Amino acid sequence: MLPEELKKSLIDKIASVDHPRELVVDVMFALQDHYGYLSDEALEEAAILLGMTPLEMEELATFYTFIFREPVGKYVIHVCDSIICWMNGYESIRDFLSQKLGIKMGETTSDGVFTLLPVCCIGYCDRAPAILINRKVYGPLTPEKLDKILEELRAEAG
Amino acid sequence: MYPQVLFQNRKPDRIASLEEYRASGGYEALADVLKNFSYKNVQTMVLDALLLGRGGAAFPAGRKVMTVADDAPFPRYIVCNADEMEPGTFKDRVMIHADPHMLIEGMTIQGYSARAEKGIIFMRPEYESAARTLHREIEKAKAAGYLGNNILDSDYAFDIVVHRSGGRYICGEATAQINALEGKRPNPKQPPPYATEKGLWGQPTVTHNVETLVCIPHIIRNGPEWFRNLALTQTGSGTKIFCVSGKVNRPGCYELPMGIRLSEIIETHAGGMRDGAKFKACLPGGASTAFLTPEFYDIEMDFETMKKAGHRLGTGAIMVFDHKTCLVAATLNLTEFFARESCGWCTPCREGFPYMRDLLWRIEHGQGQEEFVSTLKKMCRHLWKSYCAFAIGGVAPIESLLTHFKDEVYAHIREKKCPFKSE
Repeated sequence: MLPEELKKSLIDKIASVDHPRELVVDVMFALQDHYGYLSDEALEEAAILLGMTPLEMEELATFYTFIFREPVGKYVIHVCDSIICWMNGYESIRDFLSQKLGIKMGETTSDGVFTLLPVCCIGYCDRAPAILINRKVYGPLTPEKLDKILEELRAEAG
Repeated sequence: MYPQVLFQNRKPDRIASLEEYRASGGYEALADVLKNFSYKNVQTMVLDALLLGRGGAAFPAGRKVMTVADDAPFPRYIVCNADEMEPGTFKDRVMIHADPHMLIEGMTIQGYSARAEKGIIFMRPEYESAARTLHREIEKAKAAGYLGNNILDSDYAFDIVVHRSGGRYICGEATAQINALEGKRPNPKQPPPYATEKGLWGQPTVTHNVETLVCIPHIIRNGPEWFRNLALTQTGSGTKIFCVSGKVNRPGCYELPMGIRLSEIIETHAGGMRDGAKFKACLPGGASTAFLTPEFYDIEMDFETMKKAGHRLGTGAIMVFDHKTCLVAATLNLTEFFARESCGWCTPCREGFPYMRDLLWRIEHGQGQEEFVSTLKKMCRHLWKSYCAFAIGGVAPIESLLTHFKDEVYAHIREKKCPFKSE
């Protein structure tokens, strides 16, 4: 169940715009932030809030890169594998992450802290190789810098 | 050093504040427009300035807004496309972080010329910090009377909102973007009707790129002729933000005159080739343009000159490859991008890119056969039948690889390995 407070803030926000559907991505993000991912329950709640069918919502949820229909870790690491990062050492970053976290691309660590996903050009080609962690950018990276970032996040996650 | 117009207030570590923007003459154009210009005057000035759309399509911005009929219904919308997802392109991000009020002023003036009442900035989710910056600065602009009702005591009302996307390449396509804004699956839509007639929510809608809009206050303040003369070539107009990346010493965004030579951009501004490497090729305007070979190293970078040479300036994202970079592997990477990001709406694009990606993968990994080359060529032609222009752009690297670097492709096939990999 969605907490009343969050539900109310979303209902108010939806009421304040001309066309509820224009907020569909915002609503999906809000529910995803609350549940950790866009669960079936969240998907249905989002559909009800916006007066859409769950199927219409599913069409969108599965379309967008940053909406997760499966559980993900506390920190979602998107590793840019497009052309400029590829030229500047993407492979060593990917291999380091896989080895350090003990997971492959598309997987989540068993403690639920990290998820590793590939992503297309994130627009930080002047800072290649670059990654996003929970949509915040890090770059240019070396395995050493990345090691430090991961240690800090792990400490934060407790 | 060339004149810095769009980047005049750019700082290494922070945005230009509203006060700083104002001190540099910011919002003077808006005040002038609201006091002394009819909406038609603004349209004419932007048209005379030969401002071509900076998102890559190079459509004249003045002509676009003029296609909104005088008696078209209200409300009308201005959409700012900040969904910059063309690989190698990061100018809109840098621009917003440099001087957000320049975009707000440009949008408001263009809004006035279309007699629109609402502006929407469509932002990719990777640019969350730019979205937050704009939210904050829009509020400041409202408080200062540059947005909202009765702007600067005129009877013009205009508001801007930031729309966050969930993130997909196709959302940068103007018609797909309108679907995305309406909360629908972002498939492209073929005109007619054109968006300027029936766009967002069925209302007249004018979409411009970030870099196009920030040019507008300067055109108003200094005149169309001044703007045209910023370019080094007769065919060019204004300045251009080039994003240089790849094997150069100083990757980054540089505001340079339109028509500047490629060689000067690379050698003088981007610090030359890295580690004494040799220039082998570049993609001159994002992943949707063809490889530019060394014979064009001195080409003048403006839309018209590039077009005459059979190339496209695109977004002005120059990605530089050196003699040690395998262009089969590079093209494989680019094709992987299009295979993953194809929206799936039409068959040639949805099926074609993964197929070509597999063929390129096999060539790169020593499993290539000679007939793959003709199959790839045939597939590229099929992709020309795709529903939107994105797929046609996406095959440009493959087509140019097969034309200009066929020796490299055949070397992979003959030697049954990538000649650039040492083992």
